[in-house]
Amino acid sequence: MTVTWAQRRKARLDDLSAGRSLTSEAFRRLRREPAAIAGAVIVGLFVVVAALAPLIAPHGAAETFPQLQENLRPGAIPGPQDGFPLGSDQLGRDFFSRVILAAQQTLLVGVLATLIGLVVGIVIGTVAGAFGGWVDTLLMRITDVLLAIPSLLLAISVAALAASPSQTTVIIAVAIVGVPIFARLLRGSMLAQRESDHVVAATSLGVKRSAVVLRHMLPNAIGPVIVQATLTLATSILDAAALSFLGLGDADPARAEWGLMLAQAQTYLDVRPALAFYPAAAIIVVALGFTLLGESLREAIDPKGRR
Amino acid sequence: MTALLEVRDLQVAFTRRREPDTVAVDGVSFDVAPGQVVGLVGESGCGKSVTSLAIMRLLPARGVRVSGSVRMDGTDLLTLSGSEMRARRGRDLSMVFQDPLSSLNPVIPIGLQVTEVLRRHRGMAGDKARQAAAELLERVGIPDPRRRLDSYPHQLSGGMRQRALIAIALACQPRLLIADEPTTALDVTIQAQILGLLSELVRETGAALIMITHDLGVVAGLCEAVNVLYGGRIVERAQRHRLFATPRHPYTHGLLRSIPRLDAPPGEELEAIRGSVVDNLPWAHACAFAPRCPRAIETCTEVTPVAETSGGRLLRCHNPVPANAE
Amino acid sequence: METSEPLLDVRDLAVHFPIKRGLVLDRTVGHVYAVDGVSLHIGRGETYGLVGESGCGKSTLGRAILRLVDLTTGQVTFDGVDVAQLKGEQLRTMRRRFQMVFQDPMSSLDPRQSVESLLTEGMKAHGLSRGPAADGARLRELVDSVGLPAGALRRYPHEFSGGQRQRIGIARALSVEPDLIVADEPVSALDVSVQAQVLNLLGRLQSELGLTYLVIAHDLAVVRHVSDRVGVMYLGGLVEEAPSQELYDDPQHPYTRALLSAVPVPDPELEDHRERILLTGDLPSPAAPPAGCRFHTRCPWRQPTRCDDERPALRVIAGAPAGHRVACHFAEDIRSGRLQPHRVDVEAVDDVLAPGAVPDLPGSVTEILGR
Repeated sequence: MTVTWAQRRKARLDDLSAGRSLTSEAFRRLRREPAAIAGAVIVGLFVVVAALAPLIAPHGAAETFPQLQENLRPGAIPGPQDGFPLGSDQLGRDFFSRVILAAQQTLLVGVLATLIGLVVGIVIGTVAGAFGGWVDTLLMRITDVLLAIPSLLLAISVAALAASPSQTTVIIAVAIVGVPIFARLLRGSMLAQRESDHVVAATSLGVKRSAVVLRHMLPNAIGPVIVQATLTLATSILDAAALSFLGLGDADPARAEWGLMLAQAQTYLDVRPALAFYPAAAIIVVALGFTLLGESLREAIDPKGRR
Repeated sequence: MTALLEVRDLQVAFTRRREPDTVAVDGVSFDVAPGQVVGLVGESGCGKSVTSLAIMRLLPARGVRVSGSVRMDGTDLLTLSGSEMRARRGRDLSMVFQDPLSSLNPVIPIGLQVTEVLRRHRGMAGDKARQAAAELLERVGIPDPRRRLDSYPHQLSGGMRQRALIAIALACQPRLLIADEPTTALDVTIQAQILGLLSELVRETGAALIMITHDLGVVAGLCEAVNVLYGGRIVERAQRHRLFATPRHPYTHGLLRSIPRLDAPPGEELEAIRGSVVDNLPWAHACAFAPRCPRAIETCTEVTPVAETSGGRLLRCHNPVPANAE
Repeated sequence: METSEPLLDVRDLAVHFPIKRGLVLDRTVGHVYAVDGVSLHIGRGETYGLVGESGCGKSTLGRAILRLVDLTTGQVTFDGVDVAQLKGEQLRTMRRRFQMVFQDPMSSLDPRQSVESLLTEGMKAHGLSRGPAADGARLRELVDSVGLPAGALRRYPHEFSGGQRQRIGIARALSVEPDLIVADEPVSALDVSVQAQVLNLLGRLQSELGLTYLVIAHDLAVVRHVSDRVGVMYLGGLVEEAPSQELYDDPQHPYTRALLSAVPVPDPELEDHRERILLTGDLPSPAAPPAGCRFHTRCPWRQPTRCDDERPALRVIAGAPAGHRVACHFAEDIRSGRLQPHRVDVEAVDDVLAPGAVPDLPGSVTEILGR
């Protein structure tokens, strides 16, 4: 069957039940995108596992099982066996349980760090983009300085400033890395919005400045920032893992964390590479999931992609 | 006289996975005689630009289905291989686009963009090509052409850019020039210059010109034969004097009456065409224009009107405007 | 048509945009003289048309009158109040009385707001809201008056065609019950067959609501069709002003003549026999407008020295009606035919500022400011 341009357009108008907003249309497109579905499944699985980790994991994170090492020569690490699908780690703890439980920590650190960075970044970006002038110049020069420092180096420096390594330090350090990215991005699209006709239209209608900024500029400017947030979530997880890997994270052995597990596994790489493989794979898969989701989100909200 | 270009039953459909095909051009046929100026007129979405891109074979290979034939010198351009077509483009037929800034390479001086064509199609090189390029620029009315050879596109005004683009299109003396809305992005006084230039060049070089535009005024002064497109089909074709004096298709008729004319007394209510293209019916079993047509009868929504030719005019309408209506 | 006191009186309005350069410290390296000394007045219920090519400053003038760009100098007296002096809340309240209709109906409507919220926003901002029931009735009346069904209220801008969007834009302007509407290229983004619908709508609304219009467009045929009086702009200044029929019958400025003769008319008979005045060359840069008469670089009637040195003021020439003003030193001689047009050699216009600041031969102010 064939249709003309005009019919296609008409069909689109009819098929949308009246009053479908841009956001709901974006979701409609998202649902038909294989990459988005894959990303959503990975992320969904990750969140579910993280939330239910204590129920799924057969053992505690700090629980040791000396009996596993009984018949082995010294230095060897037990492999998979009944009740321990992935064997144990170098301290005789159930490796499978630790990988599962670590999901929770990773999610917590990743999400919190990104959220904090996002909120602070949005405030700075909005202020800079809405006021312009010297406020904008000052704020943007500061973010430029932060952006000029390699992100991991920045996070390490911030984390190193803290008196003792802790999870809070990691979250704050990773959050600070995100702030300039979000602020810059939002400020850019706010500036573009400021020049746009519909903002001029709202001004000429006599709408108050604050309402113009919050009702018209921010909602239209924030899309790319939200997309960036999902992508940043992936890098936040990686950064947090890296900080733990470098020993700047939480030293509490009772808490499992993928980055830390990876760090500790390197000593035993020749004995049991699986100890490094599983946490690394978990980090990569989760990061991939967020990236897939973020990229498809970016495409879905891009007005040029709308047909 | 045999035609230079014969377009027969050209159909262009855009295909997309899991969706029905979108037909942009639906069985368009027309001839262009050597040295003739032919107009394709219509609103956005009528298929006029897609037609020109199909003739030039510039549509993307993926997601597009082109059928019908486009004959030039006895060969069907649609069946040529990619390299054969490339050899013809520029030499036998070339094109001028609407937006001269995006059609020119922004990082290469104008002169180099002209000599590039000369080098490729006419084997010119060095000073000879540069000399020829300067002459071309002068021919299209660019002042101080030698100096302008070294200018970049952004250093030229819109009108000068369009002239440069025309110079490039004419560099190899093609026998057919396709101009797709060449003056739409320009101001009226510049538009007048460019239109004057185009008709002068066509007269001098004997090249044929297909003029694609939405502006009936542009067509009125320039084109010998005018094709009016609606919804991907030609609904009316006539020699320009006759088309404008006695438009027979209600769409042409309505369009002419709905535009404010400079020479009409001001203030009168315009006779607007109702609705917009979203109201169109499918050609498959109706006239696409019927829902907007003031002369629509019952047949119009049930039977596809066929194109009938008589006295050098083509008309696709069940209930045309009477010839003596004016 | 004109009453004793005009609704809008613009005196010597100028808008000069600084051209800034520099990475850290912005230096002003020049100015774009977008609007440079324009005076005009519009009577109540009148339609004033501003016509000119891109870069002539017509849009900037419209936006300056609406206080959407800052004025460099000048007075804008709206119903007895100098709008140019208003600030903050006073200005915001005043905005209710003059509204704008934009060229691009898509970009001028916030894509994330439903039509209903687009239309109620202005009413709320100006305290015109009278409770849900009254507002609902008012909204239905609004969309009905621009020819849209009541169901349109729940929809979003992207669900409409171009012509319908422009109707929404018009409804939004009407929502605050303004006196003056500035329409900047109201139909140029629309399909030809839809333009007439919108032009008719504007005309009908004017007679129903007693609106005053300032219509800005590059299309002389459109402007002449809708306007009572027309002002022709060239490089930041008015060169001619006349009742619209008069402007067509008796164009006095060389630029107006050229513009009129350049507009294509859909009539082959006329096209074949028209006398054309083809202007050579391009619009000079508004950052470096020519001295004297701004049109002298392209004028086929240019006379030595006076045209190059002295900027002509708008005046009424002998034998012309009082409402017909022209800014040309030799308007009488051109009109009587004593002066005949001559050939104009194209001057390659050089950039006055180093490359990059301004496109060499910029098409428009819009281009320079990178809007």
